[in-house]
Amino acid sequence: MAATQLKPVDVVTVGVGLTATILAKELADAGLKVVGLERGALRDTNPDFMLPNIHDELKYARRYALMQDLSRETLTFRNAVNETALPMRRLGSFLPGEGVGGAAVHWNGVTWRFLPWDFETRSRTIARYGKSVLAEDCTSQDWGVTYDELEPHFDRFEYLYGISGKAGNLKGVVQSGGNPFEGPRSREYPNPPMKTSHAGSLFKKACDSLGYKAFGLPSANMTRPYTNPYGVTLGACVYCGYCERFGCEMSAKASPQTTVLPVLLANTNFELRTLANVVKVNLDSARKRAVSVTYVDSRGREFEQPAEIVLLNSYVFNNVRLMLLSGIGKPYDPVANQGVVGRNYAYQTLSGVNLFFEDKVFNQFMGAGALGTVIDEFDGDNFDHAGLGFIGGGYLNASSYGARPIDYHPVPDGTPRWGSGWKKAVARYYNRSFNIGAHAACQSYRTNYLDLDPTYRDVYGLPLIRMTFDFHENEYKMSDYLTNKAAEIGKAIGPAKMNINRRTGKYSIVPYQSTHNTGGAVMGADPGTSAVNRYLQSWDVPNVFVIGASAFPQNGGYNPTGTVGALTFWALEAIKNRYLKQPGPLA
Amino acid sequence: MKEDRRRFLKSVTAVSAAGAVPAGLVPEVAQAQHATHVAQAKPPTAAATQMQAYVYLTPPEVEFVEAAVARLIPADELGPGAKEAGVALFIDHQLAGAWGTMARNYRQGPWPEGTPQQGYQSPLTPQEVYRAAIREVNLQCAKQYGKAFAELAPAQQDDVLRALDEGKLALESVPARLFFGMLWDNTQEGFFADPVYGGNRDKVGWRLVGFPGVAAIYVQHVDKYNVAYRARPVSIADMQQKLAQVDEHGHPVHVMLAANEKE
Repeated sequence: MAATQLKPVDVVTVGVGLTATILAKELADAGLKVVGLERGALRDTNPDFMLPNIHDELKYARRYALMQDLSRETLTFRNAVNETALPMRRLGSFLPGEGVGGAAVHWNGVTWRFLPWDFETRSRTIARYGKSVLAEDCTSQDWGVTYDELEPHFDRFEYLYGISGKAGNLKGVVQSGGNPFEGPRSREYPNPPMKTSHAGSLFKKACDSLGYKAFGLPSANMTRPYTNPYGVTLGACVYCGYCERFGCEMSAKASPQTTVLPVLLANTNFELRTLANVVKVNLDSARKRAVSVTYVDSRGREFEQPAEIVLLNSYVFNNVRLMLLSGIGKPYDPVANQGVVGRNYAYQTLSGVNLFFEDKVFNQFMGAGALGTVIDEFDGDNFDHAGLGFIGGGYLNASSYGARPIDYHPVPDGTPRWGSGWKKAVARYYNRSFNIGAHAACQSYRTNYLDLDPTYRDVYGLPLIRMTFDFHENEYKMSDYLTNKAAEIGKAIGPAKMNINRRTGKYSIVPYQSTHNTGGAVMGADPGTSAVNRYLQSWDVPNVFVIGASAFPQNGGYNPTGTVGALTFWALEAIKNRYLKQPGPLA
Repeated sequence: MKEDRRRFLKSVTAVSAAGAVPAGLVPEVAQAQHATHVAQAKPPTAAATQMQAYVYLTPPEVEFVEAAVARLIPADELGPGAKEAGVALFIDHQLAGAWGTMARNYRQGPWPEGTPQQGYQSPLTPQEVYRAAIREVNLQCAKQYGKAFAELAPAQQDDVLRALDEGKLALESVPARLFFGMLWDNTQEGFFADPVYGGNRDKVGWRLVGFPGVAAIYVQHVDKYNVAYRARPVSIADMQQKLAQVDEHGHPVHVMLAANEKE
């Protein structure tokens, strides 16, 4: 079936989530005609996230109402190259979104800046410890952009998304009450920190006694009504405890819907097309220029949308998949260790401890996605790694993000798995427990990558993306180190019982871990080891920009969204100030 | 034989005369096939509660699921268990719907079993898993104990469930642990999900742990340390049917329990 040719536009975005809405808004304001193509449907606070139905744990947290429909498209997974990848038939380990707003609708709202060290992982590691501390097959590298270059863009994103927190470093001067390890900020957070829960207060007290500097998790849950620089007003968080996997009934969680879409949709330079699934970026005969994208609508009709600039703004997996399906950049080959598209897929390494008390209650069903008390002493290179046998780290946190009872009812180790003994322990400890989590980095390796699956296909008959991934020695050692620190703090709090949950065994796609998938279209200064340059522009097809956590060369210890937001503004400025004036390679 | 039939027809006629089945509307054969139903039918005293009717599970399967969930989360001194909470009905409705048919899951082959890390790879949907596994478990129970699972003593039922949980009871159609894992997950879901799905009847799961259901505004409570927030739980239906007071944002205003009031 021949595709219907549409009228050319200046810019087309593939996906209409966090990165696309910002770019589309700014470029439409600059006078460009922008079309946003979103595979899912439109959804908004009213009526989609309204009470009482949004507080439905089964529907949203267990049946994934806001997530990707795997019957149409999934990915395949294997731990190692010598295994046969099989499709992820059900969601588990991570939860990509679907529909306008993408995963930024159902996120928790934790909004960090990556450390200055994170952007120069390889060179700073070698400078401090020598090359021998990096595993031979470790492909972690520098980003090609530094923290100082990104600082104004972090700032812009935090003010757009109304982030609450306390600065730990203002223009090089360490501030009390914030994260003393963070890179210098040009100004305070736009909103004050969140409240501290009972769990957080005990965590802080123990950290104080151990000499660690605890502070409040930076949060995109509004601590007061906030009007952002686009003039969009968000409501104040009511600590209802339904953030992650849910939409917010109060418009109090920053998302494309609550920060950008109201003004973007009012701009006549922008056109949103939902239920429009992009299947290919079409290149010219020299394969040096994208001329259009092909998408399929909800009636199965094919359309070809010509554009001067193509922005890939979907989740990690689809950004990489669309590059591979369209022949943009050389696919990565782990055997020859050549090619770039699909290279350096990474994830997040989580572990923690559960604390159980006989004499304390916590009301952990109250809270917010990013309500937590944290320490950052053991993140990045904030501590001396000499002799430890690993690089990187993560943060430790006692969070109160909503103890919904299907998913949250921890019991002490040794409790029967079911039956009356289990029931007694659940009743006893549901409100007398909380967790300390270790949220940690993941380095990149030659054998962790994305490519196209040879067997399994999506609903359009196109190959699924294939993930080959496992944790490595560095991650197990790092995670053990952090888990021990979590247990040390746990012990100082003095619970009646404590479970220690280490990261052991192969990576499994079954239990939920985090929707912090990274890499596959990584940025860098060398076209031999990066798919996009430091401005997130394809080295091979310069009118294609690939925006998102797909650009992370490896994952830091933090949640990725703050850094994704900064990279979005960084790429935007390069497009607006340089590319539009003189289209062509920017690096 | 002929005599039996005549007696039977006579009994049907007697019931019909009582008004439950209008005589002459049902062919004789069909009447014979539905004998027990006809005999049990009583004049309805109230409208049937539509939501409490099974749509997927067969009666023997309902018996199995009720018996199993009664062991997984038993009724005890702490209160009702999964059976009383309506978990079997919850599971029935889940199996009949999108989840039970894997409507939003990837369903294309080939279907090798894969590694544990690769997750669910059964070509059977949850609907089909329950049907096949319950049949097999009941056959094995019949072989070992001479009875179906639902007829066994509680301790024997526990033994069977433990064998499934530990993968020691081999099933042909699906791995035993896959079935047990699904049953146990569904039992917890049915015990703790909003009652709108048929389980957690009278909010017994929420009352057991002290979960308030649809959240109120907690701004004034989230930093009150070591003070249990004890409220009467509010469900989605309570809100839709205006049985709960709401504030201007649509959050329920929770009714707090008195200090010595037991939930």
